[in-house]
Amino acid sequence: MIWDKEKECMAIDDMKELQLDRLQYIVKYAYEKVPYYHEKYTEMEIYPEDIETLEDINKLPFTTKTEMRAAYPFGLFAVPQKEIIELHTSSGTTGKPTVSGYTKEDLDLWSEVMARGLTMANVDENDIIQNTHGYGLFTGGFGVHYGGQKIGASVIPISTGQTLRQIEIMKDFKTSVLIFTPSYGLHIAEELERLGITSEDLNLKSIGFGSEAWTDEMRNELEKSFKVPAYNIYGLTEVMGPGIAMECGVQNGLHIFEDHFYPEIINPKTLDVLPEGETGELVLTTLTRVGMPLIRFRTRDVTSIHHEICDCGRTLMKMSKITGRTDDMLKIRGVSVFPSQIEKVLLNIEGVKPHYQIIITRPGIFDEIEIKVEASPEIFFDNVKQLVNMKNKIAKSIHDEIGLRVNVTLVEPMTIKRVESGKAVRVIDKRESKDKK
Amino acid sequence: MKVKQLSIFLENKKGRMLHALSILEKLGINIRALSIADTSEFGILRLIVSDPDKIKLELEKEQFIVKITEVIAVSIDDTPGGLNKVLRLLDENEINLEYLYAFVEQIKNRAIVILKLEDMEEGIKILKENNTSILSTDELYNI
Repeated sequence: MIWDKEKECMAIDDMKELQLDRLQYIVKYAYEKVPYYHEKYTEMEIYPEDIETLEDINKLPFTTKTEMRAAYPFGLFAVPQKEIIELHTSSGTTGKPTVSGYTKEDLDLWSEVMARGLTMANVDENDIIQNTHGYGLFTGGFGVHYGGQKIGASVIPISTGQTLRQIEIMKDFKTSVLIFTPSYGLHIAEELERLGITSEDLNLKSIGFGSEAWTDEMRNELEKSFKVPAYNIYGLTEVMGPGIAMECGVQNGLHIFEDHFYPEIINPKTLDVLPEGETGELVLTTLTRVGMPLIRFRTRDVTSIHHEICDCGRTLMKMSKITGRTDDMLKIRGVSVFPSQIEKVLLNIEGVKPHYQIIITRPGIFDEIEIKVEASPEIFFDNVKQLVNMKNKIAKSIHDEIGLRVNVTLVEPMTIKRVESGKAVRVIDKRESKDKK
Repeated sequence: MKVKQLSIFLENKKGRMLHALSILEKLGINIRALSIADTSEFGILRLIVSDPDKIKLELEKEQFIVKITEVIAVSIDDTPGGLNKVLRLLDENEINLEYLYAFVEQIKNRAIVILKLEDMEEGIKILKENNTSILSTDELYNI
């Protein structure tokens, strides 16, 4: 099923026309209502009238997390605070959090795009959605909640954690749709296995997962554990939350709801806009957001976008899976490494479970990478030589992928911390921050 | 005649060995023989205990990775050169030894050697042909 056939299957030229109308409107609106844009555009001598084509967006400056922090807390709002009815913030792990404010219209928009997304995951009004995303400042919980209710499904707002209770409710309520972060999903799967509960004891039909970097191998692992298809939900707090893009049944890329979020891909170094199909940093412009319009927000997410008429019938632009964030990228001995590269290698080795940690240190002049991997019965042998060989095999596969030598340490099961909430800590960088360049 | 040995993965970390053996203590299990193969990061704890299948489950409940391995237990004279007789036999017949460990029997002046060979079947055949005393599971546990 398609939630909004008119918008999701619109002819590409019609979409461009709609986007241009909305872009012209939002730039003017931001310029008139938000002092930050007014000052910036005035200083650069760019005015809303200069936007005559979609390509003219290129004339406008980018908005980054830095500007959002400078405007903390409410400096980017376009409406008086009394019209804002909900507030969220990013986690703030890298400094002051960024704030996102929503008017009534914005919450309607959020519900609408999330309803489109969940419909792609085959959700309808008969479903029972167990939403393990945290309800709180994190947008994941509420976004799914609003979308689920918009569709008319029954939403269980259980949040993350209390896994045994989650499992009890999954069985008793006959949960049909499960929403989680991949790392929490793995934790649930592990507990189910421990309790001897199989997919036949459950009533699941699909999974929506998001808010963490993931690999195909991770998705395979989740689908193998729960025996239902798992679909990626994409979003970020600053722009709205989950519901900016979502995977359809084809499971090959995410459809961006481009009538509301205008996507561009840029080269993060030169800041040039890249042509369709090229990989770079995703930049988003909210075309319809009332409370806090964001023009050319640099997401730091690395992906590529392209047009195609998808097998599902939608014409919405497709975005490939996020391969990392520009700020997730590690510089190790001068080489760029994404943690997702390491995960991909690990999960391709038979018997390796997706519980690992990457630890970077600098004992002397050079960086050292240690990868802790939990041993499992499949990779344990009663023979030191075979065990060392297994370790070396893992190290070599990682070396082949990233071009750097790593030390692999096999650790006992359950010794790498499981996530009971939020996102897994996969990387521990023990280098002094000045060294991380 | 092979006997079952438990092989347990241990991280080379303070308290891990104690933790594993405490589980056996709680179950009232006496260890017949024990050895550790270790590297700087991890070790393999090898144990001969009665009822290995049950102990394996109990250890797994506590998140240990455990494998049951088959080994050969032979009884030799506790005199100089006693072990060499066995090793010479294996050497002459080109049977590679993966590892061994030994313990002394208190009463009868005999020693027990636990052997893991690359070719277990061939090893047993050679040992038998040369009248080496191979212990059965019952004999081993009743020492």
